Amino acid sequence: MELALAPETLARWQFGITTVYHFLFVPLTISLAALVAGLETAWVRTGKERYLKATKFWGKLFLINIAMGVVTGIVQEFQFGMNWSDYSRFVGDVFGAPLAFEALIAFFFESTFIGLWIFGWDKLPKKIHCFCIWMVSIGTILSTYFILAANSWMQHPTGYKLDKVTGRAELTDFWKVLTQDTTLVVVFHTLTAAFLAGGAFMVGIAAFHLMRKKHIKVMRTSLRLGLVTLVVAGLLTAVSGDLLGKVMFKQQPMKMASAEALWDGQAPAPFSVFAYGDVAKGHNTVEVEIPGLLSFLSHDDFSSYVPGINDVNKAEQEKFGPGDYRPNIPVAYWGFRWMIGFGMASFAMGVAGLWLTRKKFWLSQRLRTGDDEVPHLALTKDKALGDGLAKWAWRLAVVTIGFPLIASSWGWIFTEMGRQPWVVYGVLRTSDAVSPGVSQGEVITSMAVFTALYAILAVVEVKLLVKYVKAGPQELSESDLNPPTKIGGSDSDDADRPMAFSY
Amino acid sequence: MHLHDFWFVLIAFLWTGYFFLEGFDFGIGVLTKLLARDRRERRVLINTIGPVWDGNEVWLISAAGATFAAFPEWYATLFSGFYLPMLLILLCLIVRGVAFEYRHKRDEERWQTNWERAIFWTSLATPVLWGVIFGNMVRGVKIDADKNYVGSLLDLLNPYAILGGLAMLALFTFHGAVFASLKTVGPIRDRARVMASFLGMIAAGLALVFMVWTQIDKGDGKSLVALVVSAVALAVALVANMLGREGWSFAFSGLTIAALVVMLFLTLFPNVMPSSLNESWNLTVTNASSSPYTLKIMTWLTVFAAPLVMLYQAWTYWVFRKRIGTQHIADAH
Repeated sequence: MELALAPETLARWQFGITTVYHFLFVPLTISLAALVAGLETAWVRTGKERYLKATKFWGKLFLINIAMGVVTGIVQEFQFGMNWSDYSRFVGDVFGAPLAFEALIAFFFESTFIGLWIFGWDKLPKKIHCFCIWMVSIGTILSTYFILAANSWMQHPTGYKLDKVTGRAELTDFWKVLTQDTTLVVVFHTLTAAFLAGGAFMVGIAAFHLMRKKHIKVMRTSLRLGLVTLVVAGLLTAVSGDLLGKVMFKQQPMKMASAEALWDGQAPAPFSVFAYGDVAKGHNTVEVEIPGLLSFLSHDDFSSYVPGINDVNKAEQEKFGPGDYRPNIPVAYWGFRWMIGFGMASFAMGVAGLWLTRKKFWLSQRLRTGDDEVPHLALTKDKALGDGLAKWAWRLAVVTIGFPLIASSWGWIFTEMGRQPWVVYGVLRTSDAVSPGVSQGEVITSMAVFTALYAILAVVEVKLLVKYVKAGPQELSESDLNPPTKIGGSDSDDADRPMAFSY
Repeated sequence: MHLHDFWFVLIAFLWTGYFFLEGFDFGIGVLTKLLARDRRERRVLINTIGPVWDGNEVWLISAAGATFAAFPEWYATLFSGFYLPMLLILLCLIVRGVAFEYRHKRDEERWQTNWERAIFWTSLATPVLWGVIFGNMVRGVKIDADKNYVGSLLDLLNPYAILGGLAMLALFTFHGAVFASLKTVGPIRDRARVMASFLGMIAAGLALVFMVWTQIDKGDGKSLVALVVSAVALAVALVANMLGREGWSFAFSGLTIAALVVMLFLTLFPNVMPSSLNESWNLTVTNASSSPYTLKIMTWLTVFAAPLVMLYQAWTYWVFRKRIGTQHIADAH
């Protein structure tokens, strides 16, 4: 069969398309749930209207987003069985448990409490209402944890044995699967990166309104919250990324050598800034490097030896038999760079934004602004950006919304493709994982249908987001400001009063 | 009782929960065309399940996830074997979920009409597809020695399975109509009751034939008990509906579905997916299950999580216990 249409290739393309697409919504869901919960808590505690307005505004965008996250998530769960039945048979004993945990603990939290939150404005006292969104947030975080524990096991299988009779991987230590360093570090990295996405989203949309001098109070608060999130999350993403890198250098040297297009082992090893190579011959034709940095990234010193692609390939051939154990190196190399580049760029935007919009620090009286004014973008103590430049700064902030999404997409492409040809590293090859009973035509059909439907839904979703972004926060009604004091809403009320929210 | 037998029971329980709960969600979706006379009434119906449909759907995610963990071979054969029906279910669930969330977000007539059509068709198709899948699963399909499905799509479209699909659809729609009468107020409530009587008769016909066929083909004493429970429950649900006892009617329409699902699982046991080619190729609770260690962990999870889930989901229904009518639907949103 032609390679381009081999069942494995098709199934991988479908998995790649549906997973990257799903993960556009996931980071925003995780971070916006927590940020909205924070805003609602601020409202409950201070009673300030702008917090409630912000809660409702960001909550609406959050809901448009999570709807897509939920429905595209179901595909993920079915897909293992549909397209990767041999994988499912082989790993189910280990891999299934975290998935079941995710459903029974995390998804039930998320889905049940989101319903309460959406429809509960006139049914729940405000503290309980606020509690519901926190439950949603906890659900998203637990879900992250369990699914990444499953993924980490594919990256670095542990706590299992290969059973000779059944010929499959069997769980021996679930605790180890949940707490191995790969899991912990990946969860840390994914969560921080998720907040990078939410921070950038808030900053971008707040900038959009502030640039037009609209909804200033709510948007100033949002801008500030977004910027702080962006900076803190950016720092932590870098820290966790560094930790993850070190774990991966140990566990999957091939992935990291490919990320650096380091063909032959070196001590000290340089960090590659740019490379153009010849994959067939196994070397680079052009390279720009920073000496010693790669040694530092992998081992915390500037002189250690880092094995190259050719070395690891040879070692794996000795261990697993003849074959090519190299992933797609250009994808790994550039994926790694796009991930870091876009992630860092959004962090830099956060730092710049926090500096330019600071309230008092090293700022002359003239440039300070009140709660209801658009902040000046103050470069130095006495000097703000000119109108033209300021406009571009705001616009750049809007564009930043996309940066973390691009970064995390490439992060996943890098880590999953960098593990090839393995689906479970060192244990099961991707080519042995596909469904033998599913025909080429069936996979082509499903891939085409998913791609088309997802494309249509993307247009629908983005248009809807734009509509609600442009509309801005709504004025609060009497009933918004006077939430019920009793669960279920008070009975003495006008029984025919319309619901606060209805589909 | 072996752990894998116990897990067979739990998987059956999760599916039963799913069909009981999302059953009336699907029914409501179908009734948006059958029962509602205008947009406002459609919205009344949709809003009866508004706060809960998403939580109900997680029962499916749990059933599938737990099958993966407890019976990997079952999961693998089921999902890869019924590839195209599963694909259609996924498409329906995607479109349906988005439709509920997005329908009201724009005022344009075409936008709303399109999403309403989507709600109707996806709610109609999904129960049929599940019925076809479960019918085939019980009846046995062409599974080879390597536990892979080797039949074609046409093999799945046999009369028995299609009857199963129609029975599911009719039962869910009846269940949905009873739910609508329980949760609404005003003229739509009365019409829901009338429609429930009518739908209940159709459901009774289809479900009875399907169950009797199942019983003759595969049944034993235990499945006969489930059959009788299901049939009696349906009769009680119909009578209660006519007497205007909506709560009782709903409990019994739910029991009808639950007993039918239980019956299907009883006829399966100890198989999980029988092979129509060779009995020794059957997937059974023993040869499809996970290791005892994994099953033990899964048991702890479920014993802890499932009661908690039922508790807070029940609380959700209590929070939204008030009936709704057209007067409760706001114009602008």
